[in-house]
Amino acid sequence: MAVIRDMIPSFQLFQPTSVDEAIDVLDRRDNTWVLAGGLDSIDWFKDRIKRPDAVVELTGIAELKGIHMSGDALWIGAATTLHEVATNENVRTKFGLLAQAAEDVATPQIRNQGTLGGNLIQDTRCWYYRGGWPCYRAGGNICYAGTPRSMNREHCVTGSSRCVAVNGSDTATALIALGAQMVVRSSSGERTYDAEEFFIGPAIDIERMTVLEPGDILTHVRIPGDWGGARFYWEKARDRKSWDWALVSVAASIFESDGVIQRARISVNGVAPYPLRLTEVEDLIQGMPADDDTGIAAGELATRGFRPLRHNDFKVPLTRSLVRRAVRGDAV
Amino acid sequence: MSGVETPVASTTSGHSRRTFIKGVVATGAAVSSSNYLFRASEGLSASERVRSTLPQLVTLSVNGQSRSVDILPQETLAMTLRYKLGLTGTKLGCDRAECGACTVIIDGVTHYSCSVLTKTVRDRAITTIEGLESPDGTLHPVQQAVVDEGGFQCAFCAPGFIMSMVALTNDHSNPTREEAAQALSGNLCRCGDYNKILNSAMRAAEYARRTV
Repeated sequence: MAVIRDMIPSFQLFQPTSVDEAIDVLDRRDNTWVLAGGLDSIDWFKDRIKRPDAVVELTGIAELKGIHMSGDALWIGAATTLHEVATNENVRTKFGLLAQAAEDVATPQIRNQGTLGGNLIQDTRCWYYRGGWPCYRAGGNICYAGTPRSMNREHCVTGSSRCVAVNGSDTATALIALGAQMVVRSSSGERTYDAEEFFIGPAIDIERMTVLEPGDILTHVRIPGDWGGARFYWEKARDRKSWDWALVSVAASIFESDGVIQRARISVNGVAPYPLRLTEVEDLIQGMPADDDTGIAAGELATRGFRPLRHNDFKVPLTRSLVRRAVRGDAV
Repeated sequence: MSGVETPVASTTSGHSRRTFIKGVVATGAAVSSSNYLFRASEGLSASERVRSTLPQLVTLSVNGQSRSVDILPQETLAMTLRYKLGLTGTKLGCDRAECGACTVIIDGVTHYSCSVLTKTVRDRAITTIEGLESPDGTLHPVQQAVVDEGGFQCAFCAPGFIMSMVALTNDHSNPTREEAAQALSGNLCRCGDYNKILNSAMRAAEYARRTV
């Protein structure tokens, strides 16, 4: 039984009202932590695995909140709650894929408080790492989940490099399939990343899930109009109907005409340390009918090269099936 | 922090065994937690350390009343409600945003109060289980429905479930059982009494329709 460690060690709390002010605090201080909804952060603090000296709380910053259309692109502030994203009229009618993914995150209480940005940049759920074990991701020199005797049913089947943990974000899968971009600001200016480049694997940096470095703040997500009104497919396979992270999730945007697929974007998450965009599958199915044969071929290609660990070989046929259904466009 | 104020919605007067026990529990928690609460952070200058560990007096809007309370930067709303305002109806189960026992309503929507920093809700309207019944003692329709259905076994999870039911009946005047289950999916009951809890939720929606 775990030791009770619920009291949060003291920290200084900063509640800026502008992004620039927040960045200024991050630049001036050491050992800072950026807090949005706080649902993950506060657990880390209680467990005393992350112990910041200064916490910068973002939910009082108006420019980080809200959803608006600009031309045919949709802009979503990173501190907008998942509930607002899931229920927003523009998200639902034009980019329903994101609404579905946001609606499938965790529980009503968490969606009321948790933010889109927080869901995107969430840390991995590997329980060795979460339990405070000194693994690679925690700055150590071993992976506890990758050994033959480890409990690794939820871990990755591809893309690993020393660390075998997966990315747990549902909205990430959807935003990659929508061709979204992430807007990041720091004291040196604003940078924009394509969604699939925003997430990085352990081969690039084993201690980070995204391109964000200390002093960076994810300010907005921009969804271009390119995939608005496409045929969307979203499915999240999980053990429990609420609360749970995806074992594997799949998101697809597909335009069809004349009986064949004109263009498609497909992504899966839960199989690698970062959400995967399946570009080879997208190329393969272009010009083919959206039927079961195409789905089978797509599923085979999607899982080529997957190397399961001791307990997660089920993720290979699961991913194959989900991609097949996404291409066919099954009713969920 | 040494004394515990009487809960706002309490209908009993004078000292009962229950309020005495609550006082003892709260005082004990305050004493035993002070080492952790006031532990200084490394890496801060002496003056900063003092500033960062000092409680700050804030005013919260709880159940329609303004309550002034000294809080620490790292203090969660559940801690403030239970151990500083004496509102022990809000339960702490997991203290990790996983079980829903600490659910309160902030500006009309449900939150896990164990995972909200009190400092971030200074200007917002907080409703706890104590704030549901009318000043004359009439139960909220949701509370009445739970009583009539005998909806819970041990009922430790009940305050959280009831707050989620209040949010449900505010949003949906006529929910289906499926929608009710969806709305309550952020609360756990270890007795496994979900069927009767859902019966309560459906009856709550019915009572709420009648009241409006």
